[in-house]
Formats: sequence, structure tokens, C-alpha cells
Amino acid sequence: MSKIHVSATVNGDPVEFLTDPRESLLDCLRDHLGMTGSKEGCGTGDCGACSVLVDGVLVCSCLVLGAEAQGKKIETVEGMSQGEELHPLQRKFIEHAALQCGFCTPGILVAAKALLAQNADPTETEVRYWLAGNLCRCTGYDKIIRAVMDAAAEMRGAA
Amino acid sequence: MRYHTPKSFDEATAIAARASGVTRFLAGGTDVLVQLRAGMVTPDDLIDLKHIPEVKGITRTAAGGWRIGIAVSGAELGRHEALCADWPGVVEGMNLVGSTQVQGRATLVGNLCNGSPAADSVPGLIAAGALVTITSAAGSRDVPAEEIATGPGRTILKPGEVISAITLPPRGAHGGDAYLRFIPRTEMDIAVVGAAVSLTLEGDKIASARVALGAVAPKVLLVADAAKAIVGTTLDDTALEALVAAARAAANPISDKRGTVEFRKEVVGVLARRAALIAYARAKGETK
Repeated sequence: MSKIHVSATVNGDPVEFLTDPRESLLDCLRDHLGMTGSKEGCGTGDCGACSVLVDGVLVCSCLVLGAEAQGKKIETVEGMSQGEELHPLQRKFIEHAALQCGFCTPGILVAAKALLAQNADPTETEVRYWLAGNLCRCTGYDKIIRAVMDAAAEMRGAA
Repeated sequence: MRYHTPKSFDEATAIAARASGVTRFLAGGTDVLVQLRAGMVTPDDLIDLKHIPEVKGITRTAAGGWRIGIAVSGAELGRHEALCADWPGVVEGMNLVGSTQVQGRATLVGNLCNGSPAADSVPGLIAAGALVTITSAAGSRDVPAEEIATGPGRTILKPGEVISAITLPPRGAHGGDAYLRFIPRTEMDIAVVGAAVSLTLEGDKIASARVALGAVAPKVLLVADAAKAIVGTTLDDTALEALVAAARAAANPISDKRGTVEFRKEVVGVLARRAALIAYARAKGETK
């Protein structure tokens, strides 16, 4: 079976990889590009652990083929911190202990960042609905919501 | 599996016509990739339609309706203010499908072709009188949305046929539509029952109506008796009772883990009634 050559950018860096046409973008990120921040929870778009942005749109990377990434701009959790400096969402997740096992955390961080990019001052209800497709079996969600609300306030300069 | 990226529907249908094995068309992929992953369907030819120019468009038709490209996502529908103003029921149905992530990819046509009787966007499309353009190497024809699904997971589409657009009719003045579903959660669930109503008014009286019911039969039902129950009325209590009775009479649900036959028949009446009231208020311009 012939492989497909794909050129894209991931977190601003140009990348190239060869993909089997059946492989998901998540497979390509993890297995071909060594970017294991995005997780596979379910592989069927239910859990959100593989959330990434493709051309600015929040998607489950398990529901995108690697071949579809040709020419696209991909953003993953690896692109959130600037070197050693954590993104405010990452700091607030630590401060609020908004994670336990941490498996869902990369997807939630990417999804929350996408929300705050389009709505700097979301209500708690808006945050909960936006993140409804990101499942967490440890925290019970309250700490996650508090961390996102707190990060949003800090990013607005209101904290 | 061969992955194709045709630049036109002519090219896409030519690939499909040549294909001898299993063919799937890819737009949002939120069903196709799940089936691929589960090993339910492994296409020999996967035809990605997103490189065809018009598939991302939402455009006014000459008649004043809307032509919606087959790769327009739920999120893109929800952001289109003029479309939401005309057909809020169609858009609210689609926007109930899946999560924010799924909304970034999932499409009306995909939801329709998946053939689920519980598909949230389908009752709204059927109530609206949406037409679906089916294209093959032999040409194109328009088919009412209610004729696409024939049962769970089954459609009238034959090998080599693809849906190339959805057309909503002109809303016109004094029209309104609405979709409601019941789920035991608040988000991220499959409809136990769904109901969509679209109607137009002349003064306070309903001049025309279409009522579509989801998850109460092997396919989404267009219920002529339910529409008849409210046409010519001002949606008074008697009309609403007749609508409820007609919806319950048409429902032919199964019992499963999400709901029993009795529960679904009860709820379908409740939702039809509430959706009709919302559609009526929208048609009057009282609510958005």
C-alpha cells in the first residue's frame, strides 16, 4: 500500500511525513512526528483527549486523516508553553490541581485555549458546554472549570 | 485504501464510477473515520470531497432559499447569521450533534447519510422541506430529504452516487421552525426522541406546516396528519391536542436502553407540542 507524502506546519514549524491513508492525524502526530502530547482516549471522537486545532478549528485529531493535513496549520498542546514559560492555562491547571492522572489534560488545555481565543470572558456555563466533549474521569470537572475561569481572568488582566 | 482528492464533483463521480470495491465519500469524517477505526467499513477508495471549491459555501439561491455546501460544518452553520435567522430549527438541530470538536467537522449531509433515525439534524431538514442534490456520472437529480434514509444505516444512494448540495427553500415572511430533542443529560448524547416543526402563518392562522419526528421509527418520519392537525388553526389548545395525538399515533418506536416504547410515545407528543409553539412564536417574530 503506497504512502502519502504530507507537508504541513505544526505549532509554526514546517513538517513532512509519510502516512498510510488509513492513519489518523493523531497517529501521525504521535508515531511519525514524535509529538505524544495529544492522547488517544477513545479513537472515536467521544473523549477529546486528542484535541488539536486545524487551521484554527478545534477538532479531534483521531477523526481527521493524516492525509487531510496536507497544507494545513496544526496546533497542539506542545505549542502552548514558550520554552520553560507555561501558558496561563497550564499554570492555572497546576495551581488549581485541575488534573489527577493527566491523560485528558492536553486535550482540555487545547480546547480551553480555543475557547478563550474567541471568547475572553466566558461564563461558567459557556465553559462547561464548550468542554462537554472533553471527558475527565478523575477530577469531577469543577477544578478544571475553576482553572479555566481563573486563567481567563488573568489573561484579561482582571485577576 | 486509496485516498482521492478530486477538484470537482465530475471528477469525484468519475472516480466512484470506476471503483469496483467499497467506496466512501469523506467530508467531515466524524462517522467515516469511526467506522474505519472499528473495522466496520474499510473503503478501497476514499474520496475526500473537501477540495471541490463549492463545498464550503452557504449561498442564497435565486428563489431566496439557501444552498449549503456538503462540507459546511455545524459550527459554520451556527455562525451564519442570515441562515440562522431564516432557519433556526435546522441550525439548532445540527448544532446539537456531538461536541465542540465534532461541530468543527460534522456536516448536515454526513448526518443525513449516516441514516440514523435519531440524527439530530434530519428532522429539521425534513420539516424545512430541504432538497438534496444527488449526483452521479449520469447527472444530478433533486430528492426530498425525507426520501434519503430508508432505515437504520441505509439510504437510497446507489454505488457511484454522491450528495453534492442541500437546498433549503425560501423561508418567506411569517415562517418559523424549531427542533427539540429529549436526552437524559444536558449535552453529548443521542436523541431518545426528537421533533421538528416548520410552519408559515397568514395572520394568526397557520397556512402550512410540516412536522418531522426522530428516533420513534426506523427512519425519521414526516407526519402529514400532525401537520393537518394544526393547519388552519391559531395553534389553540384543541389544535395542540390534535397535534399531540397525531404525533403519538405516528410514532412506532422500539424499547432500548435509552427509552421504552411507552416513554417515547409520551415524549414525542410533548416535544411536537413544544416545537410547534416555538416555531409559531418565531413565525410571529416574537422570538428568535
